Amino acid sequence: MKGLRPDLEIISQWIEPGSRVLDLGCGNGALLEYLRHERDVDGYGLEINPENVIACVRRGISVIQSDLDAGLSDYFDDNSFDYVVMTQTLQAVHYPSWLLQEMLRVGRQGIVTFPNFGHWKSRLQIALGGHMPISRALPNEWYDTPNIHLCTLKDFEQLCHKLEIEILQRNVVDTAHRTNIGTRLMPNLLGEIALYRFQHN
Amino acid sequence: MPDSIPADSVGLVTTQTLHFDTPLNLDCGRVLAEYDLVYETYGTLAENRDNAILICHALSGDQHAAGYHSMEDRKPGWWDTAIGPGKPIDTNHFYVVCLNNLGGCKGSSGPASTNPQTGKPWGPDFPIVTVHDWVNSQARLADALGVGQWAAVIGGSLGGMQVLQWAIDYPRRLRHAVVIAAAPNLTAQNIAFNEVVRQALRSDPDFYDGRYYEHGVVPAQGLKIARMLGHITYLSDDAMRKKFGRELREGKISFGFDVEFQVESYLRYQGESFVERFDANTYLLMTKALDYYDPAAEHGGDLSAALQGVEAQFLVVSFTSDWRFSPERSREIVKALLDGDKTVSYAEVEAHHGHDAFLIPIPHYFDIFHAYMERVAAECER
Repeated sequence: MKGLRPDLEIISQWIEPGSRVLDLGCGNGALLEYLRHERDVDGYGLEINPENVIACVRRGISVIQSDLDAGLSDYFDDNSFDYVVMTQTLQAVHYPSWLLQEMLRVGRQGIVTFPNFGHWKSRLQIALGGHMPISRALPNEWYDTPNIHLCTLKDFEQLCHKLEIEILQRNVVDTAHRTNIGTRLMPNLLGEIALYRFQHN
Repeated sequence: MPDSIPADSVGLVTTQTLHFDTPLNLDCGRVLAEYDLVYETYGTLAENRDNAILICHALSGDQHAAGYHSMEDRKPGWWDTAIGPGKPIDTNHFYVVCLNNLGGCKGSSGPASTNPQTGKPWGPDFPIVTVHDWVNSQARLADALGVGQWAAVIGGSLGGMQVLQWAIDYPRRLRHAVVIAAAPNLTAQNIAFNEVVRQALRSDPDFYDGRYYEHGVVPAQGLKIARMLGHITYLSDDAMRKKFGRELREGKISFGFDVEFQVESYLRYQGESFVERFDANTYLLMTKALDYYDPAAEHGGDLSAALQGVEAQFLVVSFTSDWRFSPERSREIVKALLDGDKTVSYAEVEAHHGHDAFLIPIPHYFDIFHAYMERVAAECER
């Protein structure tokens, strides 16, 4: 298994071997395939894009073609999974707060990753450039972006607090998915991508 | 007529007949003492017999799923787009079996065939058969062909219901179940359409309570109207608009009741050609099999419980504009499988063709289907 996106590699270390995982917006199924091989994980992916659904089927990943904005209740009962994972998707859904709660309804723990809007480059582009930021983590123009609910680490943690969600683990990395002294000391300023593992209080 | 057989066709094929004389107990309480099943096969059964695929046909389908019967054939079998070398159901890998179901009118025992006890056509006395009965008869065919376990059982619409029933009734006799544009039971609206079909057939003066064979006639009007109604419901509003719009055949309206709009012409043609190829009593039986299908009923309406013992892996496919077997109905099947932690993938294909989409090689649909079947083939070759 080569070429797994580094954030997925970090996530896979958070997942107990042999557990049941639901991957929301599972893309081409790379994470689930990796988890199945490396961590003996059993799981399903949800994905809306037809090309990605085909890619999952080709890999032998169980995939349900579905729109996350419709929630998970069409398919999943409470407490069906050990982990519900959502990578680089939270910022693109219509109801992030509701979806976080849906994740913890069907799963014991949730794992999300998202681009940190509080990164210094974003701040600089708004503060000094006066325009919406464009970066490696956020490459789209404001008028042509799937990212409709961008947030900072601080925003996300405040929402978790409000929803009585306990954050179990946090990792903040740069776009090469490295942790460095900067991302450790001033994560909301120097981290480009945030990874969280959480559960209900 | 094909000038030459296309390279991706299974080529010239022949229908075969098997006679069964072990009595078959039916859901209705009656027993078929003996019966014929006609079927076709494409591809070669592997030495270890693990590459067999069963195709279950829908309401008006038959055993002729692919290829041509002769060079004079105008069209290939009804699912030729999906079956053949390099196609989703690739005959380079698979041995494909398709049969005409009991009660059919293409050679398997049905209302038009001779009742051995009377020497006359069965007509309305042919027992009402269910999806469950069909699956039992298909299992007998599998035994006769030496197929202990299907690599996959595949079907659309009423065919998809048979696939689901296979997975329930014979969990170990199939590894994969491909359920396309199906539903776990019919809605009231669907039963209502079927009832209009039945009334159209039965009220035709040439129906003679189903004994029209003895009068040397067919209830052509009834069949025609029944098929026209069916056709309207198999297409979507959008598909009809795209295909016909308000286009007139003669370019102007004529203030009369002859065919004026293209859509009328199309429906009449569909109706008339159906009369030539289908039997009214068979149509009645098929609608009943559809109406009665409800595997959850034995489990207090709990589909998850009905699917508890399923071992096959599933691919479920639905089409966005299909309003007779809507995506919601396929999702019920998916949900029930997920409840039991079964292996299932689900594709909801964007298509404007209505229920008919399952017979159309829509790229997204066929890509997924093909990708899935490649996995099935890879397992066989392991």
